[in-house]
Amino acid sequence: MPELRTETMTVNMGPQHPSTHGVLRLVLELDGEIVRSAAPTIGYLHTGIEKTAEQKKWQQVIPLVERMDYLSAQSNSMAFCLSVEKLLGVEVPERVRHIRVLIAELQRINSHLVWLGTHGMEVGAVSVMLYCFREREQLLNINELLAGFRLFPSYMRVGGLREDLPRGFHAAVKTILDTFPAKIDDYEDLLTKNEIYLERTKGVGRISKENALGYSLVGPIARAAGVEYDVRKAFPYLGYETYEFAVPTRTEGDVYARYLVRVAEMRESLKICRQALDRITPTGPFAIADPRITPPAKDRVYTEMEALIQHFLIYSQGFTVPAGEAYVPVEGPRGEQGFSIVSDGTNRPWRVKSRAPSLLACQALERMIVGGLIADVIAVIGSIDVVMGDVDR
Amino acid sequence: MSMDAAAFVAALQEAVPDSAPESVPSLDLHPTIYIARDAVGAAARALRERRDLGFSLLAELTAVDFWPREPRYELVYILVSPEQRHRLRLKVRLHADDAHVVTVSDVWPAANWLEREVWDLFGIAFDGHPDPRRLLMPEDWEGYPLRKDYPVQIRMKPGASEPVQVTAEEFRANLQKDRLSRQ
Repeated sequence: MPELRTETMTVNMGPQHPSTHGVLRLVLELDGEIVRSAAPTIGYLHTGIEKTAEQKKWQQVIPLVERMDYLSAQSNSMAFCLSVEKLLGVEVPERVRHIRVLIAELQRINSHLVWLGTHGMEVGAVSVMLYCFREREQLLNINELLAGFRLFPSYMRVGGLREDLPRGFHAAVKTILDTFPAKIDDYEDLLTKNEIYLERTKGVGRISKENALGYSLVGPIARAAGVEYDVRKAFPYLGYETYEFAVPTRTEGDVYARYLVRVAEMRESLKICRQALDRITPTGPFAIADPRITPPAKDRVYTEMEALIQHFLIYSQGFTVPAGEAYVPVEGPRGEQGFSIVSDGTNRPWRVKSRAPSLLACQALERMIVGGLIADVIAVIGSIDVVMGDVDR
Repeated sequence: MSMDAAAFVAALQEAVPDSAPESVPSLDLHPTIYIARDAVGAAARALRERRDLGFSLLAELTAVDFWPREPRYELVYILVSPEQRHRLRLKVRLHADDAHVVTVSDVWPAANWLEREVWDLFGIAFDGHPDPRRLLMPEDWEGYPLRKDYPVQIRMKPGASEPVQVTAEEFRANLQKDRLSRQ
């Protein structure tokens, strides 16, 4: 009888693997079914957005940053606008703040729905994916209503919004807010006490509170491990301190805890959305009244010489931003995100750096999967909710 | 109670006397402090471990290239204390001919990839880094793309990987080895 072979096997998972959420490549060293070491390799989606942004005018950077983390487009552009507005020293009107909060929270629900759907599908609950994408469709319709664009609306602008809310916006959002709690109950019916789901996720991919902090994990992953850190509470922006909501936290730090935190977050986001919708007045300003930054209304451009000149200046030269640097952190769907921007006082940014929560989550992946089973790798990758566009930028 | 820039400067001065902390005005909620390059390691440890500072989270580590100005690079560390709810922007100036600094990946493990990214895109070396490789660009890439003197439009010859070529004997031996072990 030949000798039993006992060496470990190296398996290359990705970059073209449907469960790596894009182009993540993992080199796994397997001992039977146990993962002995894991080396994440990234960079397959690196498109140099930060370098490109240095060649663009400030307003032109917005569509670029929306394409970084493509599941939280409006959160990215809002973070970028807040940083630029900080450098400009302008404060957006109260109505704009409420609209931004509403859009950011809808974006969070949207992102969590994609996460829940794909993660559910990967661990075997395919029906969850169908339901989540059905509901996400409604949120994309809201984007279409807002801006005519579903994934990357570029609706946020430095100094406010691109245009006023469309007719029927309140009613459309209200319908969603009224129907969603029941839908979230449906997802929970499918998963929360599902024996198979519990078996696949409980105690899997654990990370301790100390490691979560050390690896700079933020957002739902950190909150599932007991780190009570939410930018909306710790460093409020856009008037989040005036909204009533809770920050769901767990202590287990495993895949199941991350699931519970994200589902609870969706419910809290709905609460914030309701409060924000009540505060948005039907009419009012949608951008600051600064002729250097905000383009004039179209009907004025067609009838007034000054407005035409102003329009031409804004769209050909853009506006200049005083020299300096700013970083305004916001709580995106994946945790603290924001843009470290440096201006040299011209109409183009000197440096734009995105804080990418997915990059750091990817780095900590090794910690979560080594020592576990190869089948759990899929569940863990799904649970940290990486978006490769955000990792590689 | 959150601390202001003067309090951070005083704490740094006390913990690391040769760090030469220098506070500059800041627009956002991060007090901004420059420190000496050689004190980065000790300052990082003090900022993380001192109870009153407690910066357990390294939110961001990046660099800015101010070419052609000297000192050319500025490293930016954004630190957060989730418990005490204060933030700090720590900065280090680096000259172009001496662009290296000690790693902080032993203080915050998260710095590992962040420092690799800075090395990859700016060519700033991190002394004592456990894994000093490029992160985003291909390993054989020439140049550091986020430097300001790096051209925006360039053409690179596409690199093709070498095919793994074995001799006929090796091929047969491999097959044979596999067959034997599966009996």
